[in-house]
Amino acid sequence: MADTKYSWPASHQAQLIGKRVDRLDGLVKSTGAAKYTYDLNLDKQLIVRALGCPFAHCRVVSVDTSEAEKVPGVVVVHLINAPKEDGPVEIQAQGTLIAAVAAETEAAAAEACAKLKVAYEELDVFVDDHDLAAAEAAKRTKAAGGGIELDEALGEPGDDDDESEWEDKMIQRLLVESKYVVEGRYGIDAITHCCLEPHGSTLQWEGNKLKVHLSTQNVSQCDDGFAAALGITADEVDVHCDYIGGGFGSKFQPNYWGIAAAEIAKKAGRPVKFMLTREQELQIAGNRPSGYIDVKLGADENGVVKVWDSHHWGTSGFNGSTVSVGTVPYVYKPKNIRRRATGVVTNNEPSVAWRAPNHPQACLLTQTAYDDLAAKMQADSFDIFLRNLENIDTPEKASVYAEEMRIAAELIQWRKYWHPHGKGHKRGSVVDGLGIGIHKWGGTANTSSCLLRIHPDGGVESYCGTQDLGTGTRTVCAMVVAETLGLPVDAVKVNIGSSTYPFSGASGGSTTVGAVSESHRRAAQDAIAQIFEKVAAKLDVPADQLEAIGGKIQAKGYGDKAMPWKQACSLIGIRPLEVTSNYQRGTASPLSNEGVAGVQMAHVAVDTDTGEVKIKRMVAVQDIGLIINRKTAESQVYGAMIMSIAAAIFEQRINDPKTGAFLNSELDAYRLPRLGDTGELVVHFHEPESERSRGVIGLGEPPAISGIAAISNAVCNATGVRVPTVPMTPKRVLDALRAAKANA
Amino acid sequence: MSEPTTDQFSRRAFFKGSGAVAAATMVSSEVAGQDVAASPNATRLIKGMTLKVNGKQYTIENVEARTTLLDVLRLRLNLTGAKPVSMDGSSGASTVLIDGRPAMASTTLAASVVGKEITTIEGLPANDAVPHAFVADDAQQCGFCTPGFVMAVRAFLNRHPEATDEQLRSGLNGNICRCGTYANIIRAAVSIVKGEQNG
Repeated sequence: MADTKYSWPASHQAQLIGKRVDRLDGLVKSTGAAKYTYDLNLDKQLIVRALGCPFAHCRVVSVDTSEAEKVPGVVVVHLINAPKEDGPVEIQAQGTLIAAVAAETEAAAAEACAKLKVAYEELDVFVDDHDLAAAEAAKRTKAAGGGIELDEALGEPGDDDDESEWEDKMIQRLLVESKYVVEGRYGIDAITHCCLEPHGSTLQWEGNKLKVHLSTQNVSQCDDGFAAALGITADEVDVHCDYIGGGFGSKFQPNYWGIAAAEIAKKAGRPVKFMLTREQELQIAGNRPSGYIDVKLGADENGVVKVWDSHHWGTSGFNGSTVSVGTVPYVYKPKNIRRRATGVVTNNEPSVAWRAPNHPQACLLTQTAYDDLAAKMQADSFDIFLRNLENIDTPEKASVYAEEMRIAAELIQWRKYWHPHGKGHKRGSVVDGLGIGIHKWGGTANTSSCLLRIHPDGGVESYCGTQDLGTGTRTVCAMVVAETLGLPVDAVKVNIGSSTYPFSGASGGSTTVGAVSESHRRAAQDAIAQIFEKVAAKLDVPADQLEAIGGKIQAKGYGDKAMPWKQACSLIGIRPLEVTSNYQRGTASPLSNEGVAGVQMAHVAVDTDTGEVKIKRMVAVQDIGLIINRKTAESQVYGAMIMSIAAAIFEQRINDPKTGAFLNSELDAYRLPRLGDTGELVVHFHEPESERSRGVIGLGEPPAISGIAAISNAVCNATGVRVPTVPMTPKRVLDALRAAKANA
Repeated sequence: MSEPTTDQFSRRAFFKGSGAVAAATMVSSEVAGQDVAASPNATRLIKGMTLKVNGKQYTIENVEARTTLLDVLRLRLNLTGAKPVSMDGSSGASTVLIDGRPAMASTTLAASVVGKEITTIEGLPANDAVPHAFVADDAQQCGFCTPGFVMAVRAFLNRHPEATDEQLRSGLNGNICRCGTYANIIRAAVSIVKGEQNG
């Protein structure tokens, strides 16, 4: 069937779509009744704890389990990264799991872990990701791409010219000829996902069948992951996840500790619960690459950047990658670019996807330099960011950015509070500043199938192998079906979170609301079309003249020709009406789309005596196409802004430079913002009909990108001094202020 | 067996025992697991421990003296609202009320609260305004921190029923949310103070 038969109701006709609806599982969560993977207690379950490697780089020479096995309550001691016949195992990140113990109690498992005797041979450690020279000297770098793009107007190299020499000369010439040149070094440290529910599983074997409760953002595909590792087929694995305590891109796989849990359960012949400890969660269960940049840009007399010349580096752990070279410069794309990226190999666990992979770092590395251009010109940052929209990598979005900037400026009262960089009025030791950042994201709908079952008694249930990361997926599913069938939202029983349901893609990259909106709208429209056919004959109204609204099927515009929902469903027959509809990622559809802009602004206060940065107010203006649930959509943006505050001011992975030890892998030392640290947050959806008519576009990533740059720029506007690296801890702020004073 | 008190146990030894990763000693080529938490006191079995939880008396058989209140609640009583997020109590996710005052179940030994009134989130009355306000203001996303926050808000409002926005912003800093629901938690708490919730 052609996709053109699917559509969304117009905004004035929608009963639920775009409204503020309480999340269906809200009370279950806020009363503590929701059962997460960590909460499930299976009959006769064992608790598993694992020993993590204390060294950031070493060889495991031997593991002696004899003392551990003697601890009362211990049932299984299981080796994970232990030497085999072919020799010692090399460990490249602190916390890598060596062996695990399953015991009757958590304390016994932990005690037995502590009694594992492991012989290690220490190896050289490198963790200085911010220090490129040191990394090069230690031979810890890997080329990560780059190249030159020049404006065609510059012409071609002559026949006698070496092409790359000529291009380099052009970049140099453009910089020399620029009215304004900014040269800077900026950086953003690595952070961890730090899911509050650590990675893990509670699982059991039933004969040859594995039943897994997994804390995952990918129920529909983790069965394959378990099956492949365990040498069985995916039909023998059921993966369930009703609730997940945070994922942020780190929970797409069973992970090796999930596989170990299955192996231990098999050995013990009992269910096991294997959740990582907090320390392990931070050390090995997900981190975001760091990024540092040396950049030189040249602009004309209007502050329009004409040439960009950068080399950035950073670490994604021991696999030695960095922020993708193609994302720098970010959104802004001058006509002449030379860029290069270098990965730094450090003794840390390899990075995994982190909400909007590459974008937050690329945005910070780019837009701090643009703001320093405004500072150098003593120009208004707003004007510089606006003027440079003439050179962006999504030129079709220039007018959207301009409009969103205008709205954001009004909401944060930019004209009232802005002052040239460093020229604000100081109250005691405190000075305010404003900053801006802009971003982009795709947000296409993922592949998704929905089985919709309508019973002859009027009951409605849906089945879909998606999951709720916290974005309110259940509620979105129910709203879409209820809207289509003309029912209240609680009339739809939504079933998600199981690999036994029809396939739906992983929740990552802002693809879930689009995915389930596609599959559920299609299934419901297909089903209601069948019901319309049956009702048409009874009401003597053509099927295409019927509508489902207010619990009735009625003739459009004739309220008197109507049939209540239950009666209409009785026409289905004795068996339920079942419809399975599917959306395939990448298919053009009137229901969903991809590609958004977005602007964030921050108003901060900086105490120049203590170095403390406080958020006064932050504004996010975001286009997302058609909004399904306004309430949960807003929540997602608030959350993304708070994550930006975290990365801008608070959180960082701190490795001991000598031993590589992750020094702050507990929550007392791994600083995250608290409730009192977030100031006033304002969310505005930019949704003119031109955006709404595009259909659903994912929202998870875009608002988590440019807030960091906006806050850095606001601090620079306040103090007149760039704090080069985020998070802008008090020490870094004070160091930057002192350095500026010394240079003055 | 007489009811033990916290003083008989070394909390320090206990926490070393519950950490899965033994602290690394440097340079040595062999790191043996440290001799932790195996003192006779820590592993001593308390045959019948009676706890009063949510108004109900529970007698729990064979509880090792080193067991936290959080483990007893979650693993023995299946009351899983309080969450294990940080064993040092820095996340507030395991907040319960002990004799009406907020405490972290993750840093409280079960043996130390015998004879006290323990209230977990499961013990809040069904019409308690806090969970309902959290729903109305969507003060939750993944929801893993939510029970701890609900209990923290309940405890704070019990002591400061007319708390201002400012007091709430400084009084609820013992809890961490990773999804970033703070903006709506403040709204929920303020709405309760204003009596906008029916409960």
